[in-house]
Amino acid sequence: MLYLNNVEVVYSNVILVLKGVSLELSDGHIVALLGANGAGKSTTLKAISGLLKSEDGRVTDGSIEFNGKEIKNGDAEKIARMGILQVMEGRRVFEQLNVEENLRAASGHWGGASNTAQDLEMVYDYFPKLRTYKKKTSGYLSGGEQQMLVMGRALMGHPKVMLLDEPSLGLAPLVTEQILEIIQLVNEREKVSVLLVEQNATMALSIANHAYVMEDGHIVLDGPAEKLMENEDVKEFYLGLSQVGHKKSYHDVKHYKRRKRWLG
Amino acid sequence: MTLFLQFAIAGITMGALYSLIALGFVLIYKSSKILNFAQGEFVLVGGYVGLFFITQLGLPIWLGVVLLVAALALLGFVIEKLTIRPLVGQPILAIIIMTLGLSLLINGTVICITGSELGTFPQFIPTAPIKIGGAVFSQVYAWCFGIAVILVALSTYFFLYTRYGLYMRATAESHEVAQSVGIKVRSTFTLAWVIAAAIGGIGGFLLGIIMGVSGDLSEFGLKVFPVVLLGGLESIPGAIIGGMVIGLLENVAAGYLDPLMGGGVTEVFPYIIMVIILIFKPYGLFGLTRIERI
Ligand SMILES: Nc1ncnc2c1ncn2[C@@H]1O[C@H](COP(=O)(O)OP(=O)(O)OP(=O)(O)O)[C@@H](O)[C@H]1O
Ligand SMILES: [Mg+2]
Repeated sequence: MLYLNNVEVVYSNVILVLKGVSLELSDGHIVALLGANGAGKSTTLKAISGLLKSEDGRVTDGSIEFNGKEIKNGDAEKIARMGILQVMEGRRVFEQLNVEENLRAASGHWGGASNTAQDLEMVYDYFPKLRTYKKKTSGYLSGGEQQMLVMGRALMGHPKVMLLDEPSLGLAPLVTEQILEIIQLVNEREKVSVLLVEQNATMALSIANHAYVMEDGHIVLDGPAEKLMENEDVKEFYLGLSQVGHKKSYHDVKHYKRRKRWLG
Repeated sequence: MTLFLQFAIAGITMGALYSLIALGFVLIYKSSKILNFAQGEFVLVGGYVGLFFITQLGLPIWLGVVLLVAALALLGFVIEKLTIRPLVGQPILAIIIMTLGLSLLINGTVICITGSELGTFPQFIPTAPIKIGGAVFSQVYAWCFGIAVILVALSTYFFLYTRYGLYMRATAESHEVAQSVGIKVRSTFTLAWVIAAAIGGIGGFLLGIIMGVSGDLSEFGLKVFPVVLLGGLESIPGAIIGGMVIGLLENVAAGYLDPLMGGGVTEVFPYIIMVIILIFKPYGLFGLTRIERI
């Protein structure tokens, strides 16, 4: 349903960040996008959602197709209305609004008829905690609650695709687990396809069908999640497990880069 | 005491009108961070458009007011589309200079067309004076105060409890996040200009009832600054309270000081308050507290 083909992204007309990224998100799948800091994961999501524009970025080459329609460099609000909803990195709640206002602000934009009350109930069923904090100013919620709120807010827009940028960042393991469970649940019940960016590769691979590994603006590796879980490179550099048990050295990194070229 | 009451009643009435005009200003600032120097011109145009429909064409008051609101809403719409929209993404200063230019342009145009003559509305408010505790004042004040308060309440209701009001508040917090959930941010800006122009226009009509329609009306655009700086640029309740406080203070001060100083206190006093506020409380009394959570 969502295809990226050789996508190139440039910021401020000069900074080339994505250097030909291709990936595919099939209907009903959860796809993980892994990679080190600065690899271009967030940029990939913003290229899809159109939020790139507000940061002076542009897709300069390639194509982004959603259900057969070219959406590259489209308006963010239009893409959101088509059912591609990005949940940005850093739990971007509308701080001064209360929980329910945050959710309502995301209601009534998608193409079909909206029943805000029904949608609110749906979100509260996934995130019962939000129901108890309806009237609380969202800026004062805890990190985990804010993450639930921004995900719930995306659900108000009747997504077909959710682009989740590091939902587990800075959250306790237990909360992270809860959030991942809900992602799975939403994926199954609401038939939402998910593109999941995560630093926590183990977690992401545990719920994903397929995964891509990104480095320096390229996809360097991809495959079914179980396969990647077994891949020595991934284990070593993204799962933080070294086979021999010694610390990663520069030599290993170089070795990895060599292998990466070979694999890619 | 009677004298004080007299000044205070006039002051509160003017204050309610300041609040109304300032609301339009705050709406634009909140949603797009643009200081609209042309807010006073909406007041001016509102006054003269009202004069045209009601005094010149002799339309019934209600119809004249409806047409006035429609005309001003259209003006706000056109101004946003033609002059502000193309500048979105440019430095905010460029847009602010544009509003300054618009203010001069509209002001000049109005002077050309009307000759800046003093015009008055037909008497439609009963003239019998009202007495409160010894103070005697014309019913016009009571009516204008009442209408301004109702409009302020309606605007507040719109902003706090309706869907589009909510979209505006969300947009005010972050354009990026608002877009990401599907809010049409640019339409929200347009809406802010439409509402600001419309309520500025009604402000002009009400002021016209009290003091006649003349070129002086545009000065209420500048009065907005002490009001919103007192209340906090982004605060709706701030604009309301700021308007009342400035109106009250300037009228009471003028009432007592004008005889001593030979007039002009209302023109100066709000700006003295403004300077003092800027020095001691630069974010205003109700400036938004940023929520910092670590
Ligand atoms: N607005 C921008 N202007 C210029 N360069 C940018 C901009 N946004 C990101 N970059 C650069 O693009 C590269 C990729 O950034 P991006 O945010 O996509 O990385 P990421 O994979 O999401 O990293 P992280 O895991 O730290 O979130 C970085 O080198 C970053 O400095
Ligand atoms: Mg990122």
